[in-house]
Amino acid sequence: MSGSEATRLVVVQHSQGLHARPAEIVAKAAMLYRAKVEIVRDGYRVDAKSILNLLTLGATQGAELRIEAHGDDASDAVQALADLIESDFSDFD
Amino acid sequence: MKFSDFIVKDSIRAQIESTDKEGVIREMTAALKEADAVAENQFDSIVEAVLKREELGSTGIGRGVAVPHTKHPTVEQLCGTVAVSQSGVEFDSLDGEKVNLLFLLVSPPDRPGDHLRALENISRQLRDDSFCNFLKQSKTPEDIWQLLVEADNNQFGS
Repeated sequence: MSGSEATRLVVVQHSQGLHARPAEIVAKAAMLYRAKVEIVRDGYRVDAKSILNLLTLGATQGAELRIEAHGDDASDAVQALADLIESDFSDFD
Repeated sequence: MKFSDFIVKDSIRAQIESTDKEGVIREMTAALKEADAVAENQFDSIVEAVLKREELGSTGIGRGVAVPHTKHPTVEQLCGTVAVSQSGVEFDSLDGEKVNLLFLLVSPPDRPGDHLRALENISRQLRDDSFCNFLKQSKTPEDIWQLLVEADNNQFGS
């Protein structure tokens, strides 16, 4: 079934890592999609639609994250989140 | 980054009085000042910086928790405080709910790693419902400190 599952590996680029502001931006972006979206770091899996959960990743610059989505718009969700996480979030600060 | 590494014990407030966002931020910063964690003459500057950060996006991250914070050039190491509001504070949270648990963080500008680790620790512990509930029910600063120490010693699952 095409479009129902998508995965992408990304590396956090922001010098300050995924702190509160980027986590909020990522969570809000994830919430726009119908797909279930999760982010995995070293086997530790969290719901990408929750700021609190994203903060538990403690993802510093250089951290490798795997974005996984399941649902109709899974590939769009993964693409959007990958673009964000690999940006320096400078548009938002 | 354990709680005991950065939370200033003498600044903890179990019954914060303010019920609005600015008031509670002022109260928590005053608590840090009274505990000598931040300089008296920097009080206004720190409060202003925290409020400015809130304008970018509320730090009310859901589940009744807020993590207001700022970098400030006059602090040499990350310091923080905890406050519990029994009545709840309107914080423009993402989930629309009032907050009862607040963690204020003030960090040096050049140590983003410490700040991130503190946020990571706070958020991991808060995923545990019993930790959250015990904190919200705390009546004294000593109660809160005990809970933080127990969390540091992994008494609340993982």
